[in-house]
Amino acid sequence: MSAETGMSRRAMLVKIGLLLNGIVGVVLAVPIVRYLVSPVTRERQIGYESWLSLGGLEQFPAGQTRLATYRNPAVNAWDGETADIACWVRNVDDQNFQVFAINCAHLGCPVRWFAQSSLFMCPCHGGAYYQDGSRASGPPERGLFQYHYKIEDGKLLIKAGEMPTPGQPVANKAGGKPTCA
Amino acid sequence: MRLIQKVGDWFDLRLQLGKPIRETAEHPVPRETASWFYVFGSAALTCFMLQIVTGILLALIYVPSAGEAWNSLQTLNHGIALGWFIRALHGWGSNFMVAIVLIHMVQVFLFGAYKFPRELTWIVGVLLLLVTLGMAFTGQVLRFDQDAYWGLGIGASIASRVPVIGPWAVNLMLGGPIIAGATLSRFFALHVFIVPGLLIVFVGVHLLMVLKLGINEWPMPGRIVRRATYLQEYRELTHKQGVPFVPSAVGKDILFSGFILLSIAICAVYFGPFGPGGQPDPTIIQTAPRPDFFFLWLYALLSFLPPSAETPILLIGPAVGIVVLLVLPLVAGEGEKSWKRRPIAVLTTLLIAVTLGTLTHLGQHTPWSPVMDAWSSQPIPSEYLRGRTALERRGALVFQAKQCHNCHSLDDKGGQRGPALDSVALRLTADQLIRQVIQGGGNMPAYGKNLSPAETTALVAFLKTLHPASQPPARDASRAIALGASEVTPR
Repeated sequence: MSAETGMSRRAMLVKIGLLLNGIVGVVLAVPIVRYLVSPVTRERQIGYESWLSLGGLEQFPAGQTRLATYRNPAVNAWDGETADIACWVRNVDDQNFQVFAINCAHLGCPVRWFAQSSLFMCPCHGGAYYQDGSRASGPPERGLFQYHYKIEDGKLLIKAGEMPTPGQPVANKAGGKPTCA
Repeated sequence: MRLIQKVGDWFDLRLQLGKPIRETAEHPVPRETASWFYVFGSAALTCFMLQIVTGILLALIYVPSAGEAWNSLQTLNHGIALGWFIRALHGWGSNFMVAIVLIHMVQVFLFGAYKFPRELTWIVGVLLLLVTLGMAFTGQVLRFDQDAYWGLGIGASIASRVPVIGPWAVNLMLGGPIIAGATLSRFFALHVFIVPGLLIVFVGVHLLMVLKLGINEWPMPGRIVRRATYLQEYRELTHKQGVPFVPSAVGKDILFSGFILLSIAICAVYFGPFGPGGQPDPTIIQTAPRPDFFFLWLYALLSFLPPSAETPILLIGPAVGIVVLLVLPLVAGEGEKSWKRRPIAVLTTLLIAVTLGTLTHLGQHTPWSPVMDAWSSQPIPSEYLRGRTALERRGALVFQAKQCHNCHSLDDKGGQRGPALDSVALRLTADQLIRQVIQGGGNMPAYGKNLSPAETTALVAFLKTLHPASQPPARDASRAIALGASEVTPR
């Protein structure tokens, strides 16, 4: 056997080795990527959202806006208090409600309700909203995010589970009229 | 001594590191670089090493769990001997590191050190700045308090604005649908493994190039960098007039690094650790989240951008800035190095410094934010009430009760969101005041639905009294003609 054929066999071996590693790399990459993007793909079919109770209607007197809290449905045992989410409930006339996300539509800071002036104000960059959640002034481009709600057995239920952010289609969908009463 | 020599020789025969280390230490550098201007790179490295040591020490106690992190920080502050000091060292070390990296960058820029053949050193340096800022942001998240929680919310809101992939980016960043346990875990992985790993690699490459290419010579006005001749000129500069790095130039580096470490320790002892602030409980909404010092300028910028321009500027601005920094040495790789002959470079640096400084200053005072409790905690100064009628005093009450004070200051107390009202009666007539209160406008909400006619009347009566005694209030000159003399003074 000549030296040249020996060389080509070694080169061949290197190539086969590289090919094998390439294949194994791709095979390993698939589960790794799936693992990494699981927050996006996991449960996407049913979504993160579900109907959650904010408690009995008696907590929300007509004509008033009250703070309510709920436990986020998708939780881990180690989430602690971060899974407790607040929202503002406005009882318009006992028939119609509005449930606003606590997050300012500008950059997500917690808005505060001032009953005396009927305004929501944001402590971060000074966004302000009227009592119906529409934008009053400041940097927000839109009104407050709203949750879909329904009333069952005297309880107020909202569809929640994901933090509303300005770019989210879910958040924009609920921005209009309440779906049902 | 002979024993030490023997042991040393035993190891060196096997490791064979003695010669390369000696050569590296004694490599010649231009004589003028043994200067106080050339100490910032080594000081940044010293800070980084302090961060590694104190970071590992903190990791012995810290629990990267959303439910426990805040408690473990309290334990560090109060339950472990000198835990507060290690936290303070790490926090102040981080501030010093960002500051020194920025100073280093300015020095390198003004001394033209990014020019041929050190373009790649600069580019890696830009990456180092980015990962250093990445460490600062992720570290702020690990201090898992209210500011960290809402800071993540701000980050998610910005990420969500990326076209098409925005919502996915939010879920990837948060590790789920909300800011919770998964979020803290991944920021822990970023802060402790991923970003420091990048930092170590980039520092290694950066240092290697500094050694291989040599430290930048002291720029002389008129000494032009040309690709064809520079390497030869530099070799002559270092070998004919150069000095060995050790011991001739290293002294100032060591002294300055020691001074920086001492400063960090003094700050740590005197000011103590940073936070943690309130518990990361999103149902506690009585909070005014604010980022750490080095992101205050961005926080300020976000309140000044017009709503329509915000998303494009937010997403494109940083990318443009980074690209400009990265390609700078590729487009300006030759020419004059001395800052004395680069006025545009000096002015650009000054402009950026003044801009960032101003925005940071504003970020500390947040004049754009309503003072959320001014209406209940800041009384109207008594001289604004003395000698007023009952109606005007009633108006002052409306001013407080309707939270006007949250955005408008009187006697420098209260919010600065809207204009100060100490002399508003000089600027607006009674009719204009009524219109402004009811319809709002100019970034003020309309109060028409929230004020009864009686309240509006009282409020405007109070606002009409707000002018210096020596100056008459604004009046509508056409009113007398239009309505007759009896209506000159409305109401």
